[in-house]
Formats: sequence, C-alpha cells, structure tokens
Amino acid sequence: MDNGIAAELAEQVARALADAADVTTLRAVEGGDFPASAWEALSGLGLATALVPEAQGGAGLGFADAVPLLEALGRAGAPVPMAEGIGAAALLGAAGIEAPEGVLTFAAAGAPVPWGRHAGHVVLVDGARVALYAADALRWTESANIGREPRDMPAVTGAPLAEGTLPNAWGPDAARSVTALLRSAQMAGALQAALALAVEHANTRKQFGRPIGRFQAVQQQLAVFAAETSAASVAAAAAARAADARGIADAAFEIGCAKVTAGEAAARCAAIAHQVLAAMGITEEHALHHFTRRLWSWREEGGSERFWTARIGATVQAAPGPLWSFLTSRDQEPAA
Amino acid sequence: MTGLRFDLRDPPPGAAALRAEVRAFIAEHEHRWTPEVRARSWMGFDRDFTRAVGARGWIGMCWPKQYGGAERSFLERIIVLEEMLAAGAPVGAHWIGDRQSGPLILRLGTEAQRQKFLPKIVSGDYAFCIGLSEPDSGSDLASLRTRADKVDGGWKLNGRKIWTTFGHLCDWMIALVRTSPPPEGESKHQGLSQVLVDLKAPGVTIRPIRDLVGEEGFNEITFDEVMLPEDALIGQEGAGWAQATSELAFERSGPDRYLSSHPLLETGIEALRSDAAAAPALGREVARLWTLRSMSTAIAGMLQDGDDPVRQAALVKDLGNDFEQALPGAMRALRDVEEMPEAMRRMHDYLTQINPTFSLRGGTREIMRGIIARELGLR
Repeated sequence: MDNGIAAELAEQVARALADAADVTTLRAVEGGDFPASAWEALSGLGLATALVPEAQGGAGLGFADAVPLLEALGRAGAPVPMAEGIGAAALLGAAGIEAPEGVLTFAAAGAPVPWGRHAGHVVLVDGARVALYAADALRWTESANIGREPRDMPAVTGAPLAEGTLPNAWGPDAARSVTALLRSAQMAGALQAALALAVEHANTRKQFGRPIGRFQAVQQQLAVFAAETSAASVAAAAAARAADARGIADAAFEIGCAKVTAGEAAARCAAIAHQVLAAMGITEEHALHHFTRRLWSWREEGGSERFWTARIGATVQAAPGPLWSFLTSRDQEPAA
Repeated sequence: MTGLRFDLRDPPPGAAALRAEVRAFIAEHEHRWTPEVRARSWMGFDRDFTRAVGARGWIGMCWPKQYGGAERSFLERIIVLEEMLAAGAPVGAHWIGDRQSGPLILRLGTEAQRQKFLPKIVSGDYAFCIGLSEPDSGSDLASLRTRADKVDGGWKLNGRKIWTTFGHLCDWMIALVRTSPPPEGESKHQGLSQVLVDLKAPGVTIRPIRDLVGEEGFNEITFDEVMLPEDALIGQEGAGWAQATSELAFERSGPDRYLSSHPLLETGIEALRSDAAAAPALGREVARLWTLRSMSTAIAGMLQDGDDPVRQAALVKDLGNDFEQALPGAMRALRDVEEMPEAMRRMHDYLTQINPTFSLRGGTREIMRGIIARELGLR
C-alpha cells in the first residue's frame, strides 16, 4: 500500500481533531460527554473500515498503513473510539461479518469494553469466535480507566446480530493482540503530544533569567524523552508490518515487543514530562495530564509489560538454537 | 521533529542465503574464540581473521569492483555485520576501514588514493584507526591543536592524538588536524582538514595505554615533525569538520551500537532456558533488542537511499548504549555470577569492566543527547 495514503489520512485525522477535539473537549469527555462533533468529523473521513478488505467494501489498508493515523489519534488524546472502531471492523471483516454504521467498539469476552456505553454496536471476541451485538442487547456496568475513558462491563441480555469465526491467522488471542497493536501506536502518538508540550514549556518558562530548556540537565532529560518516543513509534510500525506479513497470531512476538517498548516509554517519559512541567503539569487546567493519564492507562490494556515480557521470554526460551537464529527468522517472508 | 523520522523496510532479496553463508564461515572459525574474544567483539583485533573475511568479499562490500569491492547493497552489508557481531567475531582489524575510512576515501579521495587504499583495506593489509581525540580535546573536538603546516612537497605534522583504538596495530590513521587558523571572527570549526598518516613514518611515536582490564587497546600517538606527502590531504582543505561529522551517521547507527555484548545475552538465555522465573527479565531484554534492531535497520535503509540520518543515529547510539550497559546487570539479577556457566561469567566479567566505554566511544552520552536536544529546538 502506498505510504502517501497513510500519511494523508493521518494528516486528515490531525486536522479533524484539531478543530473538533481540543482540551475543553477532552475535559468534557472525561466528565462523561460524548463529543459528537469530533466523532462526525472523524467518521466523515471513512476511517472506520480502513482495515476491511476492499472486496467487503472497506479501504483495504494494512495495519502498517493504519499506524500513522492511530498515532494521530493518540496525539489528539483520542476522545472517541475510532481506534477501537477500526479494530472492531477489521475483526468483523476477518470473520465475514459486515461492519455496521455508527460508533463501534470491541473487547475480549470478559474484559471491559472501551467506550461501551456510547457504542451503537459492540464486537465481543471469545477465542476465535466473533459476535456482533446491537447496543440494546447489552446492559452496562459503567467504569473507567485512569485516563477517565469509559471501560464498561457488558451483560449480554439479547441475541447477537451476527456471529462468525476468525481465520487461524488471527489466533486464539486476537482481541488482546489487536488491542496491544492499536494501543502501542496510540501511545507513540500520546508520547509525541506530551513531548511537544514539555518542549514548549521548556522553551518558554524562565528561571534564573533564561528558559529552562537552555539548561543541559533539562535538555538531556528531554532527549531521553525523544529517544523513547521514537523507539515506541518504530516498534509499533515494525509490529504492524509483521501483522500484515504473517497475520496477527504469528506477529505476537513483534506486537509484544512494541507494547513493552511503549509501556516502558510511557513510564519514563511521563515522569520526565511532569518533572519538566513541574507543578503546572499537575493542574487540571494544563493539557499534559490528559496524555500522561492515557499513557498510564493504555500501557495496561492489551497486555502490560509484565504480560508481554513473560510471553516473549517464554518464546525465546522455547525456541531451539540461538536467540539470534530466532530473531533473524522473523525477517523471512511468510511461507506461501 | 522531522529530523527524527525513521523509515522501515523489508530485508533485501537473498538475505537468508547471505546469513547462512556468513554463519557457515563463522562456524569454521569460532572454535578459536575465547569468551573474552567474543565479548570484545569489534574491539578484538585479529588480522588473520580479517584477511579471511576479506577473501570472502565481506569487507568493502558496497564499494565498486574496480577497487576490490563487491557492489552489494548497504542492507546486505548490514546482514554481514549483524552476523559477525552476534557471534562475537574479532572484526576489529577491518572494522574502522570498512565502516568509515574506506567510505570516506571512496567519497572524497582522489583516484590515486582510492586505488592505493581501498583494495588493501579489502584484503586486510591496511588497518585504519581514527585520529580525533587529543589530550585537551575530547567532546570539544574542534578545540584540537594537532597541526599540519604546508611545506615544500607536502605537510609537516606536529601534535598528539590519544585514545586511538589499536593505533599500535594499525597501518594508517585518518586524523583531523588544523591546517590554518580559523579566520578572524569565524568559528573554530573552520580551518580543520583530514589527513592520511602512515603510522610507520619517521617521527610517529606510539605509546600504548594500559586500560582497566589490563589490556593495551588504546594509545597515545605523538607526531614530531612528521613529513606527510602532498596527497596526504583527503577531501578539501579546511572542510575537515564537515567531512568528519558526515561520517557520524555511519559510525553511530550501526549494529555495533547494540550488538557488541550480544554473546552475553545468548549465553544467558542458554543458561536460563529452563528457568521459568527468568522469562520476564529475558523477555524484557529481547524486546528492547528487537526495537533497537528495527531502528538501526531503518537507518541503514535511509543511508542506502542517500539520506543523512545523523540525528537518528545519535538517538539509536544513546538507546543502544543504555541497553548494552544494563545487560550485565540484568544477567546477574537472574543468576549469581558465581553460579554462572564459565563462558557466561567470563563475558559478564569482561563487559562489566569495559562497558563504561560504550557511552564514551563514538561520542559521549551527553553529546548524543545534546544533538537530540538541538533537534527538538531546545537551544
């Protein structure tokens, strides 16, 4: 797929959200509103079926194409479940189910559903089984993550609209892996947003007669921030390429590496951001916490560093021969 | 932040076959490598091994055939480097010539310089070292004082270079020296040039410096009225600073910045293969390694395309240094050093002593982070 299309989509997402999702919107969303104007601006771009094959009426993009726009969603604090909608439509498409219009989300069976209360339709994934429910077939116990994004537990009270089975390439843990991939890319975006805020503050806040960004101690911290942010972004892109080449199941290693990299970056960079912004960054008024609280939330979703490092470690322990042989075997093209 | 873009790409065609070739070659040699040799990696100097590598066409791989090169792609070259480093091969005798000196001569040298030096780098006959640091000029490199003065028939070289890795074993140095004072009111980066110095020339004194491991890896090299021929100048007179810094993306982004301790991780996984409790910590190191490899490979592709990702290179070097310096600690957190298998323990012990150099060589951590900070617009 053409790199230009992905970049162009990301650009459109950024523009749509710049107008429709500012800090006032983020605050309102965290208070329980659903930002209809942000949703309309985004859904007008036709992103929802980005990952659905063209034969099924989608845009036929790959995960790698989607990473820039997922990062753009993360940079804007993602005040609507567009990443979830893209993932849900991809899962439905793979299971041969047409994606419905409107607000769509997904979760593994038994896990809280992102933005559940606001969704028109919900995809619940149990192993390889995919079920599409209309909102009126679900009753919600509302909750939220520390990003104050809705994370609601569903009770199923009606029959699904459609059911299907994921192909083997998606594996038995597809909902977790897709979530991990989406969140890794969103986290890279949120890190970029927090970095921009920290750099802006460092260049404008004056102490001892000069901007604090002129002090090497501050510069060196922000350089670490930038390095970790780049690492998260590259790792997400690499995982998405692996998912396109080999399917979600066989890209679990790369997806795990991306989620671990993003999770570690979240911890390190959020701490640096708050150190640089000092007391101002702790206030409700400043935008920073919308991003740091999301980073602290998203690192838990789709598998934490604890979950993925254990799985990656077990994988390399079980792989025959040297680690290096295992790693370089990931480079190979998939068997046809 | 446009300077921090990374473009990923697929491995080149034939990558797996090339890896297999290099692995078969390594299998013929590796029985001779002690754990310390493996842990030393590209800081290990073995001229015979270098000649064998050169005979396979794996030095100067990307250079034109007329200079002994193989005209392979930059990404193919990276495959060979990765395999050598992953195995802990002693590649130090050709590492600098292949990575920096040869490409510089190819890019900026005269035809005569190319014909004289490149085939002999490929064959292993000429080993190169880098003459940058001086006793009073480290991170503030442009303050250097070694001078080459124009005289009849060439240049007269006076001054001192220090911390020159393998200077006592190498044949040639490319030194950054002052050839004219900076013009009035101009920065001290003006008036510097790069010169080729024959380390066997009269007036060159090489004093090995014993390091904390007890080895003589680096040197102090004194130039006392050393006569250099006219054609010792490489590139443009006065453009040495720009020439030297343009090498840095090649120097800083390569797999040598995150794979130079790899044999320790391999022995660690081997020793801890059935220790379920060790899985998360091992997985953490592997995840980090995988991300660094993705970043480094992305830069290699950008270099192949003719980009100049010098800031990304600084960033990867910084992350790679952190990763490698933490590795022995990660291993000893999983297995008491006294309980480690012998090879693992010896690598651990060697790397624990030497890895403080990782964030010094090729530019300090502080300089790397300064480069990134400038890209962020912080000064």
